[in-house]
Amino acid sequence: MIQQVKPPEIAISHLDHLWFQVAGTLCNLSCHHCFISCHPKNHNFGFLTLEQVEQRLLESVALGVKEYYFTGGEPFLNPDMVSILKRTLDFGPATVLTNGTVFKEPWLESLREAEQQSVYSLEFRVSIDGFTAETNDPIRGEGTFDRAMRGVSKLVKHGFMPIITAARTWPDSEEQTVISNFLAMLRSHGYERPRLKILPTLKLGEEENRSCGYRDSERITSEMMEEFDTSQLICEHSRLVTDRGIQVCPILLEAEDAKLGETLQDSIRPYPLSHGACFTCYQYGSICSNPSSGFSAIES
Amino acid sequence: MKTTLALFGGIYNNYLALEAAIVDEKKRGASDIYCLGDLGAFGPHPDRVFPLLQENNIQCVQGNYDDSIGNELENCQCGYTDPRDNYFAQISYDYTLANTSVPNRHYLKNLPKEIRLEIQGKRVLLCHGSPRKTNEFLWESTTSTHFLERLASDFEADVLVGTHSGIHWQRSLSGGRAFINVGVLGRPENDGRTDVWYTLLHFNDAQEVEVEFVPLRYDHQRMAAEMTEQQLPQEFIDTITTGWWSTCLEILPAKERARGKF
Repeated sequence: MIQQVKPPEIAISHLDHLWFQVAGTLCNLSCHHCFISCHPKNHNFGFLTLEQVEQRLLESVALGVKEYYFTGGEPFLNPDMVSILKRTLDFGPATVLTNGTVFKEPWLESLREAEQQSVYSLEFRVSIDGFTAETNDPIRGEGTFDRAMRGVSKLVKHGFMPIITAARTWPDSEEQTVISNFLAMLRSHGYERPRLKILPTLKLGEEENRSCGYRDSERITSEMMEEFDTSQLICEHSRLVTDRGIQVCPILLEAEDAKLGETLQDSIRPYPLSHGACFTCYQYGSICSNPSSGFSAIES
Repeated sequence: MKTTLALFGGIYNNYLALEAAIVDEKKRGASDIYCLGDLGAFGPHPDRVFPLLQENNIQCVQGNYDDSIGNELENCQCGYTDPRDNYFAQISYDYTLANTSVPNRHYLKNLPKEIRLEIQGKRVLLCHGSPRKTNEFLWESTTSTHFLERLASDFEADVLVGTHSGIHWQRSLSGGRAFINVGVLGRPENDGRTDVWYTLLHFNDAQEVEVEFVPLRYDHQRMAAEMTEQQLPQEFIDTITTGWWSTCLEILPAKERARGKF
């Protein structure tokens, strides 16, 4: 008989990063490596309204949240998205993860004005997975490279410096060449000081079909947690607001045990690290935060 | 009665800026001088910093760099997440570790993680990055006010003082409390000026704290020449002579990055 080993639990030290699943699981693209299977007909999770986000922002003040992140699906499919970001900048720094393909000029004008009036940064993270249409489009869909680059150009024109994020779908041996070519491509599109963040792929959702998912051995054990810097794990300092309540992290959206409560305060409790994706987070750390968060900390 | 403290962080081996700061701070009436950590990095001749601190009775908090050099760790624990940032950080770390004497390493190893003071009824907490993490970056544009309120309450301080990020700023908090990033002496602030910055805190009888950020001129040309002579990277030397950062850029949030040149 195989004995089930209880996974180690992780406590949240402080709610630094509050994530919002602001567009639910709805996306205008159907990327092959999407870790939550978002696509144009996936209504599994719904949009968050401005009122719902505002309620959580108010709730977050007492908990001392440091930064706010918005993801989906594609956040800019949510008709309240511009208002949501503007309201968030009254509370703290905001980061939105987007595929860059649906921006409208008036939205960016309005957001630029709001950012200039705020003490806080508004960060755009635009997902592009190859430095040419030939390498990007087989993953993200036909025509998406040109559409995303038009989005990047619009952001740059409005004075933003987006962080371009790419999931690592190339061999490690090609890393330096890919990065150099990526930066050159961005400069050739008028983005003179490009910012680039490379992410590991997560073997969940659509990517699970592509890469056959995680092996049983790819799990965190109690031994692995000894002397490990737990601040590397997103669930150690983050929670996710969805239309169904508060969940543990943006990666495990669809996991059955991911929901931790109805309020932010309810969600401040330990979580068992039982998933394969927890193993990726353990291996790579800080995959969801911005570089400026610098999550590789030593304790005072 | 008014009490004036002078505070700075990030000397980064820039002993010429440190010399100039001490003279300037005394001239402006500082009764005590504090360094908030990261004595090494970036510049030349690490051992030239220590006698200046000790002769002038400057108390220091331990920064991540000091913890690394003191304990002879493999890297500086600066908290960078980008490969290029880490590449340049490692060059300066290897140089600083190799050129810091054993007694000075011992001094760094034994520095306190924080210093607490009580001045004119105010509880003052000096730390490096934040009171909870030595190498936490608290940037002006990515740190919410309610997060700072929480830190001030949790750590029972009226005046929270840190450095680490390399750019000075301040935020007023409820109940007359405040957070202050004092800036660094070791390199300019990515603003196209060759000045570096320190901070004066003026405490008065009315339990008010006035924050004065002070730009400091020093012999930056001599610093650049000594860095060249020590074969430190041209990218570091350019920062000293132009005031623009050309390394450690990816750690900057959008607003702070946009204000720079690179």
